[in-house]
Amino acid sequence: MDYIFLQHYWWLLVSLLGALLVFLMFVQGANSMVFSLGRTEEERRLVINSTGRKWEFTFTTLVTFGGAFFASFPLFYSTSFGGAYWLWMIILFSFVLQAVSYEFQNKLGNILGARTFQWFLVLNGIVGPLLLGGAVATFFNGSNFIVCKENLTDGIQPVISHWANSSHGLDALLDPWTLVFGFAVLFLARILGTLYIINNVNDEEVTARSRRLLIGNTVTFLILFLAFLVRTLLKDGYAYNPETGEVYMAPMKYLWNFIEMPYLLVLLLIGVVMVLFGIARTIFSATYRCGIWPVGIGVVLTVLALLVSVGWNNTVYYPSTADLQSSLTIANSCSSEFTLRTMAIVSLLIPFVLAYIFYAWRKIDSKKLDKEELLVDEAY
Amino acid sequence: MMNFLSAIDLGTIEWSRAQFALTAIYHWLFVPLTLGLAVVMGIMETKYYRTKDEFWKRTAMFWQRLFGVNFAMGVATGIILEFEFGTNWSNYSWFVGDIFGAPLAIEGIVAFFMESTFVAVMFFGWKKVSAGFHLAATWLTGLGATLSAWWILVANAWMQYPVGCEFNPDTMRNEMVSFADVALSPFAIDKFCHTVISAWIIGGVFTVAVSCWYLLKKREEKMALASIKIGAIVGLIASIGAAATGHHSAQRVAEVQPMKLAAMEALYNGGESQSLTVISLLNPFSQPDYEKGEEAPLKIAVPFALSILATNTLDGYVPGVNDLLNGYTRPDGTRELSADEKIERGKLAIQALADYRKAKKEGADETQLAGMLTTLKENMPYFGYGYIRDKSELVPPIPVNFYAFRVMVGVGTLLILFFMVVLFFCYKRDITKPAWLQWTAIAMVPLAYIASECGWLVAEFGRQPWTIQDMLPTVASVSNVNSGSVVITFFIFLALFTTMLAVEINIMLKQIKKGE
Repeated sequence: MDYIFLQHYWWLLVSLLGALLVFLMFVQGANSMVFSLGRTEEERRLVINSTGRKWEFTFTTLVTFGGAFFASFPLFYSTSFGGAYWLWMIILFSFVLQAVSYEFQNKLGNILGARTFQWFLVLNGIVGPLLLGGAVATFFNGSNFIVCKENLTDGIQPVISHWANSSHGLDALLDPWTLVFGFAVLFLARILGTLYIINNVNDEEVTARSRRLLIGNTVTFLILFLAFLVRTLLKDGYAYNPETGEVYMAPMKYLWNFIEMPYLLVLLLIGVVMVLFGIARTIFSATYRCGIWPVGIGVVLTVLALLVSVGWNNTVYYPSTADLQSSLTIANSCSSEFTLRTMAIVSLLIPFVLAYIFYAWRKIDSKKLDKEELLVDEAY
Repeated sequence: MMNFLSAIDLGTIEWSRAQFALTAIYHWLFVPLTLGLAVVMGIMETKYYRTKDEFWKRTAMFWQRLFGVNFAMGVATGIILEFEFGTNWSNYSWFVGDIFGAPLAIEGIVAFFMESTFVAVMFFGWKKVSAGFHLAATWLTGLGATLSAWWILVANAWMQYPVGCEFNPDTMRNEMVSFADVALSPFAIDKFCHTVISAWIIGGVFTVAVSCWYLLKKREEKMALASIKIGAIVGLIASIGAAATGHHSAQRVAEVQPMKLAAMEALYNGGESQSLTVISLLNPFSQPDYEKGEEAPLKIAVPFALSILATNTLDGYVPGVNDLLNGYTRPDGTRELSADEKIERGKLAIQALADYRKAKKEGADETQLAGMLTTLKENMPYFGYGYIRDKSELVPPIPVNFYAFRVMVGVGTLLILFFMVVLFFCYKRDITKPAWLQWTAIAMVPLAYIASECGWLVAEFGRQPWTIQDMLPTVASVSNVNSGSVVITFFIFLALFTTMLAVEINIMLKQIKKGE
């Protein structure tokens, strides 16, 4: 395991965590439609209890994604979080609201009322995927930051990274392509949300509504995602010279990445096919309830392929539009070889963690959630 | 060099500190109860598993419901702390991210996933999994929370006592060279033991207090009596353990953070055979004039006790604030540099680093570069001091440290007595009768929380002005964000957390009123 291998390995792991996070945002997707999926208070409770048994997985994956990024690519953590301050803060506010909304909303003594916490879930359901998607879009489109390590010694301001304007990250939302991808992720989360509810809830009314909502969300998602994908594959991309570290613009860099790394192209195509298959079968077969699995796996594979492609093959994963040479690559922003190697050993625990999550998930989902269970068992 | 820091927005530093403190203080309202109740309800469910008595199941479920209300807030505030290292302390995140990021990542992979996976089984799995698996899930939730605390405290201990790392001038950051030194630092072990054990005290006090409320109301007596016994035993063992681990922690502080100890003791001029101040009337609202060296009025002290605490000897030498600022000679004849000398050497280190970077860029030969690196290496232990503008910045806020330490120790001692009395009444008298004791138990809840928070005040205020002891001060750790933005996010967090706390307390009280 040499240093370059470790850099690629850790980018793969961070990409995998990112891909799992996108899949697990079915929680946010379903929550964003709480009032459409559930027309009565009882139906809304059913939806919320269904996502409420999984929200911790999404939350924990987000935390681990942050921790893994910090440990493996600390310059990204420092530059993006410290620079795009407002973008990340808004995401955090929405996740704070989500974290308490399940536990508090139907408890005696909730002085804000159940409806307030339901709206908090809707808010997180929209803001979370939209802004996290927007943040990922900046991997392809660039952000407005400058990194100057010399500040540590000869500047009057020792901070090495700063945003090049005073918006602290909100300017990313002015880029239409960032918004296109952000909304694509939002609608993808909603697709996953409907499929999860169809699979997890045993209630005809709610699942019928989920099937109807699936169609509209799919059409919107496909338009947005395909537009972003085609544009990204055809546009100039950010590349760097591995010998000198110099960053430059390369024509159709992202398309070339898939051609030069055909295994990623295969991964992407398998992922897209699985997503389309799962959605189509759910739409056309009234008895098919397992669409979440092919679509979920497809989403993980697709997002994994996209994220890996933006970090490997001498590609800049966090380009700076303010100063090209400040751009971050897996080589110039990673931790030391010692830390990456140590953490690589820790990462061997991941399959074990995934195994017990899988086991616990199966146990909890052994019986589909219905209205009766809300009355006789522990429930939010 | 003299222009250093002139472009730093001091408001950003102060508000970033305030925001982090706010989040940490709120977070620590919920975490100790999570850790403490995990033990209490784990014991109760174990009793159910062994006896198959439905009473223990109902009792365990009752405490688990309270655990759940509290748990959500702990999670909500915890995520903010992790990300605030990036959003508000971005320079710190780069300068030591190579070391500091690792425990946070391991916490997510190893601990947080365990906690969040099994907490769902614990809440919703009573009718879905076997009793044995459910019991395992309950204990694994507690174990996950405790492991989580371990890695977070490893990270925090490293900020107090940075070990296992070296500065790399080519990458301009500190890099890990020994994971074992970081993960098993003696400071981390002491901190973990003291912090987690103190959290069990909160769990014990809370259990006893809620149960005593039922006794006052003449309700749920069977559950209350059973819970009091478990809560008080856990609480007493933890209180004694906290005193022992607290002593260890204080000795570590004496070794590696002598300025913190001097501030805790309001000790201005140190020496041999130092007495430990029990209490004195130190002005709580302003930094004392330590240069004059006048002691605060009405001081009550235990002779030799500070020397014993710090050095395990009656005549041990303990430096005061002025000794640390002006330099002193240790009993073994070695000399501790004065603050001015350290600042000077810190500036030399920073200049040597700048020269090295410039020379390397210009293609200087190896001999020249080696000379600069030698200067850097010689002065590197004082690197952080190069960002200090005046030696007075090196003195932490003395009144906060002085009083917070005394509140923590005072209440901690009181708690040992309290749990002993409760157990005496449980086993030798009738605890259902003395209303004074039941009311005392309820009053102990806020006191225990205040003591617990005071522990963190000492740990964090006592480290000032450093983010990482002697390595990086807060002034060089902060993000380049305008203070206005941080002020706004501070107040958003304040409003958010305070509202949620109010909701949580109200839900908790209703849940308690509802009973089993």
